[in-house]
Amino acid sequence: MSAAADVVSAVLLLAGAGFCAVGALGMLRFPDLLTRLHAATKPQTIGLLLVLAGLAPRTGSVSSATPLLLVAVFQLITAPVTAQTIAGAAYRSGVVDPATLTLDETGRTT
Amino acid sequence: MSIVYAAALALLGAAFLMTGARLVRGPSTFDRIMALDVLAVLLVSGIAVHTAVVDETANATVLVVIALMGFVGSVSAAHLAAARAERRERA
Repeated sequence: MSAAADVVSAVLLLAGAGFCAVGALGMLRFPDLLTRLHAATKPQTIGLLLVLAGLAPRTGSVSSATPLLLVAVFQLITAPVTAQTIAGAAYRSGVVDPATLTLDETGRTT
Repeated sequence: MSIVYAAALALLGAAFLMTGARLVRGPSTFDRIMALDVLAVLLVSGIAVHTAVVDETANATVLVVIALMGFVGSVSAAHLAAARAERRERA
């Protein structure tokens, strides 16, 4: 393991952990469910991708880094689906305050 | 590398605590489901950081499993919570 790869890996790991922490802070501080979902989805995904990118060069072989690619692709696919499902379910349950929406294209009258 | 390990784990631990606070405070069921989903992602990140420093490559499969379980869990929980809320509204 060369020193340069070590430095790149360390920077990526720290940046990823930082994104996760910032996302969690947003989740704690934002005022309502939809803004919290925004903070829960995107920074966490970026953080996880950066951590996995930092881990990949340290695994040593392509075959042991492949599951990490799988996790990354899977996270990219599932994070929007999860957020969409939670937001839609919350909207249908009446948890979302209509006054906080600037545009409502669902065509429902709540 | 041990300083990086400590710093990354400290950041992830802080994220874990903040998400846990949101899990406890709610206020709605959907906030809690969202917090649990984020906890699963944070767990994957934490194991990945640990794997990077300790060099246990066998953990990669565990990451895939936890990511899958987190996704299936939060999506089905959201569906169930919505169904329960709709039933309560009708009653």
